[in-house]
Amino acid sequence: MTERRIRVLVAKPGLDGHDRGAKVIARALRDAGMEVIYTGLRQTPEQIATAAVQEDVDVVALSLLSGAHNHLFPKVVQLLKEKGMDDVLVVGGGVIPDSDIPFLKENGVSEIFTPGTPTSTVIEFIKNNVKKAVS
Amino acid sequence: MFDREKTKRIAAAKETWEKGMVAKTLAKNKERFEEFVNTSGIKIDRLYTPADLADFDYESSLGFPGEYPFTRGVQPTMYRGRFWTMRQYAGFATAEESNKRYKYLLEQGQTGLSVAFDLPTQIGYDSDDEIAQGEIGKVGVAIDSLADMETLFNGIPLDKVSTSMTINAPASILLAMYIAVAEKQGVPAEKLNGTIQNDILKEYAARGTYIFPPEPSMRLITNIFEFCSKNVPNWNTISISGYHIREAGSTAAQEIAFTLADGIAYVEAAIKAGMNVDDFAGRLSFFFNAYNDLFEEVAKFRAARRLWAKIMKERFKAKDPRSMMLRFHTQTGGSTLTAQQPDNNIIRVTIQTLAAVLGGTQSLHTNSKDEALCLPTEDSVRIALRTQQIVAYESGVCDTVDPLAGSYYVESLTNALEKKAMEYIEKIDSLGGAVKAIEQGYIQKEIADSSYAYQKEIESGKRVVVGLNKFQIKEKPVEDLLRVDPAVGEMQIKKLKAMKASRDNLAVKAKLDDLRQAAKGDSNLMPYILDAVRVYATEGEICDVLREVFGEYRPVEIL
Repeated sequence: MTERRIRVLVAKPGLDGHDRGAKVIARALRDAGMEVIYTGLRQTPEQIATAAVQEDVDVVALSLLSGAHNHLFPKVVQLLKEKGMDDVLVVGGGVIPDSDIPFLKENGVSEIFTPGTPTSTVIEFIKNNVKKAVS
Repeated sequence: MFDREKTKRIAAAKETWEKGMVAKTLAKNKERFEEFVNTSGIKIDRLYTPADLADFDYESSLGFPGEYPFTRGVQPTMYRGRFWTMRQYAGFATAEESNKRYKYLLEQGQTGLSVAFDLPTQIGYDSDDEIAQGEIGKVGVAIDSLADMETLFNGIPLDKVSTSMTINAPASILLAMYIAVAEKQGVPAEKLNGTIQNDILKEYAARGTYIFPPEPSMRLITNIFEFCSKNVPNWNTISISGYHIREAGSTAAQEIAFTLADGIAYVEAAIKAGMNVDDFAGRLSFFFNAYNDLFEEVAKFRAARRLWAKIMKERFKAKDPRSMMLRFHTQTGGSTLTAQQPDNNIIRVTIQTLAAVLGGTQSLHTNSKDEALCLPTEDSVRIALRTQQIVAYESGVCDTVDPLAGSYYVESLTNALEKKAMEYIEKIDSLGGAVKAIEQGYIQKEIADSSYAYQKEIESGKRVVVGLNKFQIKEKPVEDLLRVDPAVGEMQIKKLKAMKASRDNLAVKAKLDDLRQAAKGDSNLMPYILDAVRVYATEGEICDVLREVFGEYRPVEIL
């Protein structure tokens, strides 16, 4: 069987410019042996979904600190589905109040990582929950 | 600073002490770390003595407050005269809501306003733009036109307050709106006091709210310098910001270096545009972070002041002492706050406040304890303001100027930080200056490396963050968070539509056409922007015209 590494798209939806977290996560996932593509800032949900298809990723990791997560995260999930990517794992992180997490989970985001989460927790979660058969 | 023979004796005595008493103690009890190193990578010695300052010259290195090289402060009496300006960054939802918060803060004893704009406003989009949806009023107040600005400052006399606006790429437009509101209040522009951030270089490097490419952005900035030197003489035309560079993960030394390198680029651009250095340099202001390492931070502020004074005097041949003064605002470090046990953040902010005050800040924003979770509530903002007031009125640290001067440790650290920052500035010079260094991704890469190293120290437990990787407790979810009503977006769009229907649309078109023509040439754009704003052209409309002429910035992504 050929081994394939987990492919992750780290994406910054919306207008938020805080990318410290996204960059730290991207590096940590790469150091954990994953292939990481970083979109850069100011991506629309459409651009993120298109990139996910083109790069054929297993995971989309969304980072947002502006408070627009309830608007933007579900849109990304919906567009991924429309593009036939039902089996992609979507996770999110940022300044997100606990009370918003159930809504985001109902809308297809598998896990939300809030400030202070060790990168090892994110890596473990992705390894255990990636939906496509990777290796 | 000290007698040479004496420092030699002290150095020898220190060696004896280390070989004797210290070695004996170490044999029994090791120190907490093999090596103590601060965030800037400077090794911290066990003990500092006069021997560390053997070559130190008081007159040239420190001097007196209000005098070159300003190490001890920019004013002769500092906080014995008056305290720093207590200025809490605030703004959310609509202009009406934010206006209420400003009046509340002024009633609570705050002495200056600081306006936070929402992201669409910061990036030049009106609230009805598709890309603005979900972001309206979230991280600051939504301002589409002069009408919103009139509401924002309703009942606040602009000749009596000083207002700082965190606005960068569209700074000229928001400044024009502020001038236009003042006109309506009967306050002439020359009576206005305040600051616009207007620092595009750190947007490319660390904060992300850029619009146009570097060249036209630098033109807009120098246009503002020139316009204000003639029309708004008391306005701080730029706030050259290390704050966001630090928040993005840099070290203290990098914060000084990258900020001053940006400052050098602005001075060079203005001189290239034909201005005389002493005509604008006195209105340049700075903005720094305050982290938890108290002495490193105090040394950082002192080193930055001394280094900038030297740069202005030696490199740019400034003559006016005001041109050499590094005046700065401080904000406590947002990224040092934890979402875990948020009450602990009050103590962190207290230490950071002390750092800023002992470092001689001109104004200060203290973060609220709940900012790792959401925008602050009114109660938590009040505690943050009270923290400043307690340090000011009760701690006694304001009763003498620069109280830590002469500390063997603080002076040694100040020297070390200045040296390290200067090395970075020389590297940036060799790359062709800050603009080139950013275009090549050098500064972004340096910041990302430091931020990743910091994160790894936390995860390995080498760096303890109380409540996060040590002393954790099982926590209940925090309640009473501030939430921006999702209806704010719809309300704002409705207001915008009504405004557009009631204004003189022919006049708007004419003024926007004038601006387009001017942008294609090389005249100062401020008067054209002011004319467009006065007839209620929206921020998005003005930015669209400029986007059309200037194009948009496309970043290099450095991981």
